[in-house]
Amino acid sequence: MLRLIGKRLLLLIPTLIGLSILLFLWVRALPGGPATALLGDKATPEAVARVNEAYGFDRPILEQYFIYMGRILSGDFGNSLLTNRSVLEEFAARFPATLELTAFAMIFAVALGIPLGYWAARNVGRWQDQLAVLLSLMGVVVPVFFLAFILKWVFAVQLGWLPTDGRQDPRIDATHYTNFFVWDGMITGEYDAAWDALLHLVLPGVALGTIPLAIIARITRASVLEVQNADYVRTARAKGLAPRLIRDRFVMRNALLPVVTTLGLQLGLLISGAVLTETVFAFNGIGSFLWDAIFNLDFPVLQGFIIFIAVVYSLINLLVDVSYGLIDPRVRVS
Amino acid sequence: MSVNLPPTAGGPAEGLTPGGSPAPGPGSGGLVPGMTATVPAAGPGPGVGIDPGRDPGGPVRGTSVWMDAFLRLRRNPAAIAGAVIVALFLLVAVLAPLIAPYPGEAVPGAREITPGDIPGPGELPQYPLGLDRFGGDVLSKLVWGAQSSLMIGVVSTALGLAGGMLLGLLAGAFGGWIDGVVMRIVDILLSVPNLLLAVSIAAVLGQGPYAVMIAIGVSQVPIFARLLRSSMLSQKGSDYVLAAQTLGLSRRTITMSHVLPNSVGPVIVQATLTLATAVIDAAALSFLGLGGGRPETAEWGRMLTYAQSELGIAPWLAFLPGLCIAITALGFTLLGESLREALDPKSRAR
Repeated sequence: MLRLIGKRLLLLIPTLIGLSILLFLWVRALPGGPATALLGDKATPEAVARVNEAYGFDRPILEQYFIYMGRILSGDFGNSLLTNRSVLEEFAARFPATLELTAFAMIFAVALGIPLGYWAARNVGRWQDQLAVLLSLMGVVVPVFFLAFILKWVFAVQLGWLPTDGRQDPRIDATHYTNFFVWDGMITGEYDAAWDALLHLVLPGVALGTIPLAIIARITRASVLEVQNADYVRTARAKGLAPRLIRDRFVMRNALLPVVTTLGLQLGLLISGAVLTETVFAFNGIGSFLWDAIFNLDFPVLQGFIIFIAVVYSLINLLVDVSYGLIDPRVRVS
Repeated sequence: MSVNLPPTAGGPAEGLTPGGSPAPGPGSGGLVPGMTATVPAAGPGPGVGIDPGRDPGGPVRGTSVWMDAFLRLRRNPAAIAGAVIVALFLLVAVLAPLIAPYPGEAVPGAREITPGDIPGPGELPQYPLGLDRFGGDVLSKLVWGAQSSLMIGVVSTALGLAGGMLLGLLAGAFGGWIDGVVMRIVDILLSVPNLLLAVSIAAVLGQGPYAVMIAIGVSQVPIFARLLRSSMLSQKGSDYVLAAQTLGLSRRTITMSHVLPNSVGPVIVQATLTLATAVIDAAALSFLGLGGGRPETAEWGRMLTYAQSELGIAPWLAFLPGLCIAITALGFTLLGESLREALDPKSRAR
């Protein structure tokens, strides 16, 4: 198991080096060059010269790359052009919000998607199946920001059941330690604050979680359909094992493998989906911060975010591979 | 060459018999085990594309895999629905100059309208779907938006297809270190989410429709590359490749005339599905303001951006373009999924 993890970590290195080279070239390809990218296009020539000197943009290209890598590895992604605070600080302040939202979305997607897929597979060809298929098709073709609009309009604007935007009602005087608002409310005993934060998560979370929900449901359905006719399942039935036992130990355990792969991929995609969702709901996480960065071409933030996402994405894929080993002993052996 | 190599031999008899196996209904229609539109080549999907080697039905004279697929598509209601939507979309996009009542951005002579006074659908006879805050006729903008979506979707998918097939072909045909290098490139591209990759590319190229096309195209490259590679790898192990090798055919001939034609099925299916994603991605990018041009540009994504602030007063300004995006994507998805199903030998057995 440890060897598997080690091997996967080693494979990560060439990918990340390749990515860093791409990013390095990217910053240099930006209109106006790297100094302008760091300072914004209103920079004075003196400031540009100063940055060129300080960052070594006037040195040979190979040397520049090593300077660049040194900075990145020490966690220096520069300052945001918009807020003038360090990119790392900005991320650290906002990441809990996005993580909270993503977690909500993922729980929503998994908790509904797997049972829905299983239910559809058990009733293949009947109306339950057709309903599930239709729902999952809708989830794929409706753009996440449009879905966010619809949800907001119906449940917040028209019905007024849920808050329209933000992370918490500003009138609530809540204490924040970790910036995970729900968690903060729980540990400080401010349950109304926690509840309010949770309510604020519902609409963006559902919007964000719908695409993974649809995909998880269809993968589960397809996977269960394949597994449930396998010989070992038939044998288990013939032996007269309880249906529940067959479902949990024989069908689901084997059917979940492709679902886990999908989960990993979807988790990565969720973070970019968060850009669009957080924007619609004015949810102050990394996503809406990135939207501002995109709109204002805040390159240090964009660059930092790409590195961050790539690392997170690779780590998630690593986790997926490791969890294969946990679910399927055959993977561990080979 | 009279040897019976199977590339085009494969249609089973049921493709022609009128009341053969029942056509896949809308329930099973659209879903085939193992693959999805947005998961790049993760499942067992690509491997099960066309497998002419195992054909229980026996070859029918004159029925190619594609002809057979077409016959099966014709009986599938989901495929027909998809085809109708796609055809309508194409018609509107191509005939936009004839259909649209007004030129793209604004009605001539119109001024900005304060949000409270925005006329809704049916309120003014000369503007059937009302106006937006820039004084643009919503119906015209939707029609022109179809054209711009089609342009971006087709061009970007063609780019992604060309790049991805080239990389996939290199990796699949040569293997070894070339495969290693290509797959690392693909890994790197995959480690950056599509949207972000597109944003970074647009940042370098400047804002505008071409940047969006290239950005979406590049973000599709890894999907096609992986798909073609794995499809080719699974074909390379087939008996007919062995047969061709024993006959002493050159590797180039085997790869280009036998392996490649048999491997493109999943890629074509994916391209159809990718058109749906491309339309959505194009909308997302122009929603984010990367499409370039002025705020009143007639693009579905852009229309949504500016509908945000009027959601409480004029919700249709958001719903109409959103619906257009979703229906177009639905059309391509239905068509692509049905095509996948029609080409999948596994679903024929059912």
